[in-house]
Formats: sequence, C-alpha cells, structure tokens
Amino acid sequence: MSKKQRILLARIVTAAVLLVALHFAPVTGWLRFGLYLVPYLVIGCDILRKAARGIRNRQIFDENFLMAVATVGAIALALYEQSGDYTEAVAVMLFYQVGEWFQSYAVGRSRRNISELMDIRPDCANVERDGGLEQVDPDEVEIGTVIVVQPGEKVPIDGVVTEGASTLNTAALTGESLPRDVRTGDEILSGCINMTGVLKLRTTKAFGESTVSKILDLVENASSRKSRSENFISRFARVYTPAVCGAAVVLALLPPLVRMAVLGLAPAWGTWVYRALTFLVASCPCALVISIPLSFFAGIGGASNAGVLVKGSNYLETLSQTRTVVFDKTGTLTRGVFEVNGIHHSAMEDARLLEYAALAESASSHPISRSLQQAYGREPDRSRVTDIQEHSGSGVTAVVDGHTVAAGNDKLMDRLGIPYIACHTVGTIVHMAVDGRYAGHIVISDVVKPDAAEAVRRLKAAGVRKTVMLTGDAQKVADQVAAQLGIDQVCAELLPADKVARVEALLQQEDGRGKLAFVGDGINDAPVLRRADIGIAMGAMGSDAAIEAADVVLMDDDPLKISKAIRISRKCLRIVYENIVFAIGIKLICLLLVALGYANMWLAIFADVGVMILAVLNAIRALFVKKL
Amino acid sequence: MKKTYKIEVDCANCANKMEEAARKTPGVQDCAVNFMALKMHVTFDEGQDPKAVMEAVRRNCKKVESDCEVYL
Repeated sequence: MSKKQRILLARIVTAAVLLVALHFAPVTGWLRFGLYLVPYLVIGCDILRKAARGIRNRQIFDENFLMAVATVGAIALALYEQSGDYTEAVAVMLFYQVGEWFQSYAVGRSRRNISELMDIRPDCANVERDGGLEQVDPDEVEIGTVIVVQPGEKVPIDGVVTEGASTLNTAALTGESLPRDVRTGDEILSGCINMTGVLKLRTTKAFGESTVSKILDLVENASSRKSRSENFISRFARVYTPAVCGAAVVLALLPPLVRMAVLGLAPAWGTWVYRALTFLVASCPCALVISIPLSFFAGIGGASNAGVLVKGSNYLETLSQTRTVVFDKTGTLTRGVFEVNGIHHSAMEDARLLEYAALAESASSHPISRSLQQAYGREPDRSRVTDIQEHSGSGVTAVVDGHTVAAGNDKLMDRLGIPYIACHTVGTIVHMAVDGRYAGHIVISDVVKPDAAEAVRRLKAAGVRKTVMLTGDAQKVADQVAAQLGIDQVCAELLPADKVARVEALLQQEDGRGKLAFVGDGINDAPVLRRADIGIAMGAMGSDAAIEAADVVLMDDDPLKISKAIRISRKCLRIVYENIVFAIGIKLICLLLVALGYANMWLAIFADVGVMILAVLNAIRALFVKKL
Repeated sequence: MKKTYKIEVDCANCANKMEEAARKTPGVQDCAVNFMALKMHVTFDEGQDPKAVMEAVRRNCKKVESDCEVYL
C-alpha cells in the first residue's frame, strides 16, 4: 500500500466509525447538522477541493464534480425538508471513496505483478579487473569486455562464451523453462539465467542494444499505442458526464413544472431534486474508464510472460480479429536448417551408412556435410579415414576402415559408373557407394517443425479461416509441406518482393472486419511484416530487424505460440467487451430505475462501486493466460 | 524528437485529461500517456527545446488535474 492509500484507508475507517456512532446519538437540529458535517468533511474534503478547483480551471465535468454536487445537494435537501437525514450524503461519499481506494489498490497491485513478471532487468555486471571481480552498472560495460556470470545470476549483456560451460534458463525470454546447454564459443543472450556453472563471456553488444534492453523497452512502451476500444472510452467519457449532468437538471426541473402547469398538482420539488441527485451518483463512469486500460495492460502483461510480446493494445485488438494467417515457410513452419530426413535403399544398417557418410565427409565444411555430422551425433574419428578426395560440385570419395566410400550426387555416381536409384522425395540426395557397390542414399532436407501441423490445426480451431504459405522454394517442395501441414493455399517460387505483392493481393480479398496476419522469422521479410495488418515475427531473440518491424514478437520459434497469441488476444478483447457491455448496461438500468423513483441514493452508490469492483476483477482475469 | 517521462496520477480518466492537455501545449507534436505504466511519451515539434516545452506541459497538466505530477 502506498502512503496515499494508507491515508485514504484511515479516513474511510474514521468516517465509518463516526457515522455509526452518530446514528445512535440523540441530537437534533443544528447540532446534528454540525456533528454530521465532521465525518462528511473527513471523507469528502479532497473531493470537494478537487471539484472546486475543477470549476475554477473550467474542467467542470468529472466524477469529483458529480459526487460533490450530489452530496452537497442531498445535505441541502435534508436541511430544507428538516428531515435530519444526513447519513445518506455521508454514506455516498464514503462508498465512493471505498471504490476509489479499491481501484487504486487493484491497479497498484496489478502494476506490480506485471512488472514482476517482466523483471528481467539485470542489476549489475561482474567485470574482471586486477584479478578480482568488480560489480559495475551494465550500462558502463564496453563492447568486447570480458564479464563473469555466476550461477543464479542473470546474463546482463549479450555475448560469446569464452570460458566455462553451463545450463541456461531462458524462461524469462521465451516463456518456456526448457534449459539450454552452452559451452565455449556459444553466443548467449542477456535475460537468461545462468543455472549451473560459472561463465566468462566477451560482450558483443552494449547494454542498451542487448536483447534484454530491447525487450524491456518494447514491453514498457506497449500500452501507449491505444486500441479503438480505449479511444472509444475516452471519447465516451468526454460526452457522457456533461450529458448526464444535463439529464439530471432536466429531471429536477421538468417533471415538477409539468406537474404544476399541466396537471395542476403540487410540484413535489423535494422528490425530483432528490431523484436528480441520485441520478448523478449513479452515473459516475469510473468502472468503464478504469477497467478497459487495465484489461489491455493485464493482457499484454500476461502475453509477455508467455513469451509473446505485443507492441500495443491496438495490435492486441487487431490480432483478435485475425481471419487469415500467412506464413513464410523457411524458419517459420520449417526449421530452416538442413537435416538428414531419411535413408533409403540402404544395403547395410542405416546407422552404419550414416557413419560412413559422416566419416567420408569429415574434412568438408559444406552445409550438407555438417548435417551429416550432426545426424551422426559423435565426433568423427579422423584416423579411420584416409585418402579423402573432394570432387567439387559432386561429392567426395575416401577410404574408411579400408573400404572405399563414395558420397555425392547423381553426377558423382555417373562419373564412377555406379548405377543408382533416383529418389522421389524432395530435398538434397547424397548417394552412397561402398567398395564400388551402390549402398543407398541419404535425403537431406529442411525439416518441418514437429508442432507445425498441430499449430495450423489449432489456428483453425481458434477461428482462423484461411492459412496461406509463401515461399521462395520450388513448387514441389512447397506443395509437399503444405499438404503435410494442412495449409489451404500455397504461393511458391516467390522473390522477396513478390511476397509483398502477394500479401497485398490477399489483403484485398479480406472483407472489412477480418484481419490478415503475416508470420515470418524476420529474416528478409521485414517489408511483408510491415505491410500485413499484423506482423508476427518469431524466433526473434537477437534479431533486431524483426523486433523493429513486427507488431507481435514471439520470443522462441515454436509455431504453437501463434495460436496462443491469438487466443490471448481473444480472451483479452472478450473481457474488454464484457466490461463495456456490463458497465454501460448496469449504468443505464440504474439510471432508469432512479429516474422512475425505484432506487434511492444507497442503491445508486452500491451499483456504482459494485460495478467498478467487478469490472476491475474481471479485467485482472486477462493476466491469466497460461492455460490458453 | 521523442522523449519519455515518468508521471504520477491516480485515475485513468485523469491520465486521459493529461494527455489531452499535453497535446494542446505549443511545441508538442503528439503525446501518449500510459496510465498503467505511469509514463508519458512526448513527441516534440522540430527545433523545440524539450525542457522549456515540458515545463509548460507540466503546468497545463496541473491545471486539468491538480493531483498529478510529471517528473522532468
């Protein structure tokens, strides 16, 4: 609780106690008035002051004004009618302040919760100096400095490991608590938590340019971009209060005049002025004004905790209306790295064939060779390999364990005069021959991410109508991937510039409400990310261009996060609409009841504070997105 | 030029009023107040001195919402 909140709470308690005590005090007349004035001023002095200052500064219509007029009016009425019923005015002020206190407390709490969720700011960096460690402000560390990260500490600045091995917890960045092993030579990102060993790293970026600063900057600035709903509320509040005040004046004057002039009855001024004052109490728009930005703030906070960074409330709103999702293939639906994807027609055990291939290719640094080494999984024993010959553009021959091994493409086999079996699958084919006999082939291709098909299915379940895949790859490859994943439409063999044109064409097909999201890995698709209604960059850790161009950034490259992001946005917007409808609906019903004389001031203030509390609690629900 | 300032304000509606007031201040091209993060993002017109402009912004904000503060 802040100091302001504590003071307000003390005032609320004091006023409440005084009010109850006065209820039993047998005093009448002016003494009674004077005594009741004490709790009234204790609880309402700041409201009256603010209302007065508002009038002086020509900022008349706000909730302070409403409350001041309503309560002063109620007291004046009690004096005029000599009923001595001042309790109502004091109670209205009291409940209004209870509402204010709750609102301030709830907002403060969620503000703190959300900043705790995003608490990835490192406090200091350990720099080695004169043999000892010195703690310095990360801002002062220059590029190329060697820093030490102890177990349990956050990596403060992006860098390359020069010494040590450890396991990193990347949960703060990706929302997944999958640990990542790092050793000398690996690049690591700031914001990860070092779990097991001491790491020394040479920084590659300044603190301000590091991943952690970028993310913090993005999240902190997120809700400054306002959504349409928020703008609607501020416009609504601007016309609402004056309109309500006008209606209250009409309610106070018109019916008595009509009664006098037309019906010839007694004017009953007291009743109608009382109704008008109650009307003012019931009309306070706080529930609406507070709960909408709070919902968005909670939604954005919850999303960032799940590894989905949304750059503004407006993007959260657009994301929830997504009807078409356009994917870039490489790096988004597929891994973007080449892997051994199959071994066909092997004359020996697959593992043995792979071993031969890896050993024969052990001297090469070609990407194909690297994927073979990776699939082999062990450090190749170079001593088993002799006589390596590279045949540029076609493959290698070598002697492994005394067997002559040839590994390469069709051309190599043709040259060696070995008949081979052509492959029907898509990808790069490495034919193998051992001792002059064909031994099968290894297929190396870009692999589809394991969750990609599930991700597309979940998008459909989340209400996405159309999925499109754009790629620069050959039509055959594209068709195969699309069929495997259940993608509706494929555009293959595109140059980067064609992608923008395609997205524009797809945008044209959208009807007014449906929005188009483009998902890319941020590498050379920045223009498309910008052009789409919503640009989603994935696997963006460390990619500046992507963070810059995208509206939504997925911290890791898991395609399931796309549907998760959409579901988070849907939930948040549903809460926003619930709150708008609920708050305005209850308000209107209350106002009607008051105008017709079915509700008194007590009910009005209960409705006002109650709706506000419920709306705030509902808004906080947007924070919980783990199970979506 | 764009700058961000920390603010102190109690209610969301007051934050909107501050935004409005800041936007109307001469020298301010655009302003966005983030109530939840308690931050004010101000875009200044070309060639304006942010310090002087922000003094005026602060005064104008105080006028519409006495209980607010802009930390310069």
